[in-house]
Amino acid sequence: MSQWLPIADIAAKVSTGELKATDLVEQALKTIDEKKEFDAIIATTEERARERAQKVDAGEIKGHLAGVPFIAKDNFLTFGAETTAASNMLRGFVAPYQATAIEKLEAEGAICVAKANLDAYAHGASTENSDFFTTKNPHDKTRVPGGSSGGSAAAVVLDMAPFAIGTDTGGSIRQPASFSGCVGYKPTYGLVSRSGVVAMASSTDVIGPLTRTVEDTALILDVMAGRDDLDSTTIEADKAGYAKLDGSLKGKKVGIIREHMGESLDPKIIAVIESSVKKLEAAGAEVTEISLPSLPMALAVYYILCPAEVSSNLGRYDGQRFPYSYAEAKDLDDSYFGSRGRGFGKEAKRRIMIGTYVLSSGYYDAYYKKAQTVRTKLINEFSEAFKQVDFLVGPVAPTTAFKIGQNANNPLQMYLADIMTVAVNLVGNPAISLPAGMVDGLPVGLQLMAPQKADRELLELAKSTEELLV
Amino acid sequence: MAKLTREDVLKLARLARLELSDEEITGFQSELSEILQYVEQLQDVDVSGLKPTNQVTGLTNVMREDEVRDYGYKTEELLKNVPKVKDNQIEVKRMLG
Repeated sequence: MSQWLPIADIAAKVSTGELKATDLVEQALKTIDEKKEFDAIIATTEERARERAQKVDAGEIKGHLAGVPFIAKDNFLTFGAETTAASNMLRGFVAPYQATAIEKLEAEGAICVAKANLDAYAHGASTENSDFFTTKNPHDKTRVPGGSSGGSAAAVVLDMAPFAIGTDTGGSIRQPASFSGCVGYKPTYGLVSRSGVVAMASSTDVIGPLTRTVEDTALILDVMAGRDDLDSTTIEADKAGYAKLDGSLKGKKVGIIREHMGESLDPKIIAVIESSVKKLEAAGAEVTEISLPSLPMALAVYYILCPAEVSSNLGRYDGQRFPYSYAEAKDLDDSYFGSRGRGFGKEAKRRIMIGTYVLSSGYYDAYYKKAQTVRTKLINEFSEAFKQVDFLVGPVAPTTAFKIGQNANNPLQMYLADIMTVAVNLVGNPAISLPAGMVDGLPVGLQLMAPQKADRELLELAKSTEELLV
Repeated sequence: MAKLTREDVLKLARLARLELSDEEITGFQSELSEILQYVEQLQDVDVSGLKPTNQVTGLTNVMREDEVRDYGYKTEELLKNVPKVKDNQIEVKRMLG
């Protein structure tokens, strides 16, 4: 059982003085310290957290998240600790301003207590690409927690705070939520501002919460969602908000994704997904099978577009503007080559190289433009599917958490961990990972997807589904 | 089928301004070839009549008034992560060696 009440209850009790924000912060910091052997956390923001807690207790800061401690993935610019994105390039980076998402959470009284580990710049599915250390799975220390938001997922499951926030570019919230055993939410593209978040692949990057329940996720999304002048890709939030959910499964049309239930999937995982779907059916949902024929191409599309955008977004780390710089450089060119060659880890370099290849003249049409066009095909197939059903359902990942080191020398095998999550990033739709059961002592997630901007409807479905799965 | 030569890898590294070790060059030669072979499955996908998608929610040209907004940041603060600063400007090494 969790030591934390539902988030709305914590905030309510802090507002009436029944709970003290200062105690909640100490409780979070104590748990972080007690569970440090899992390496979920890069740094705490304890001094600033304590100061903010005192202000909450004095009534100077109020709101829907009054006194609620949380943990931010370390690619969010935050005060109170360095922001490194788990990279050597940014070691020592002190944020001059905070991410919009952090500002919005703080404006409602939430308190950031720590920064969570990730694959450097969010490139990975295990946290093994962190330039600092690998986070351990809360259920088995010899296994990965998933990634790239592996520190955030592990922190929630280890009960370090009532919620964490992460980023999802190709599955980086949902896959670690599935591997570690919590709720992980990827909103519609543009619903949450990315201002002040270290950019990975800008056409798919989104921000979302990792929590213990759908209700908690909905409350956090409610606070973070909406237009922001500092991110021109943002869209308006649902007028009804996301915090108050109702709805039932009765009459809801749910499509099982045929292409994600194939032979490549562990039969034990198939069994968990099928049993979950049966429960949905028993509760009144109309379940059918849906085919999205181009879905098997999604990963190939992603591993062209993502490295292309990564190579562009990482161009700014040139040794001149951010902390790491090669000290022995003779001239400017030497400084670029030396700083980037020494400052970037292997996966960042790998993605820059692939991205540079697919964008270079002579290859651009065959790779990048072709991938953007297959992306259109995927979008059309999803649109067709959502004419027939309200939601899609399937697994989150083809396996449970794998062993640390298992895929270390096989980057392509590591990329395959994203095979069931990348499609919704490419088409911009919302999706959620819900804990659905255990296989051999390891958590398995159920993935639900909805049309673009149907975040509220998706959360309502997820809430009804969660009650059946627990 | 993309099979990268050592020269291909060196050319990419030069374009991307990355200094690579010998070990990295050899490693990338096979790893990148393998990844490119995987993504080449797209070449066979029929996309006739379809246009590429760059933006998924349909937003185009989000405009705002071209006016100065004061966010309250000081230049010194914004430059505090820069390795070398001189007179509130970023100092770099000479461009010609």
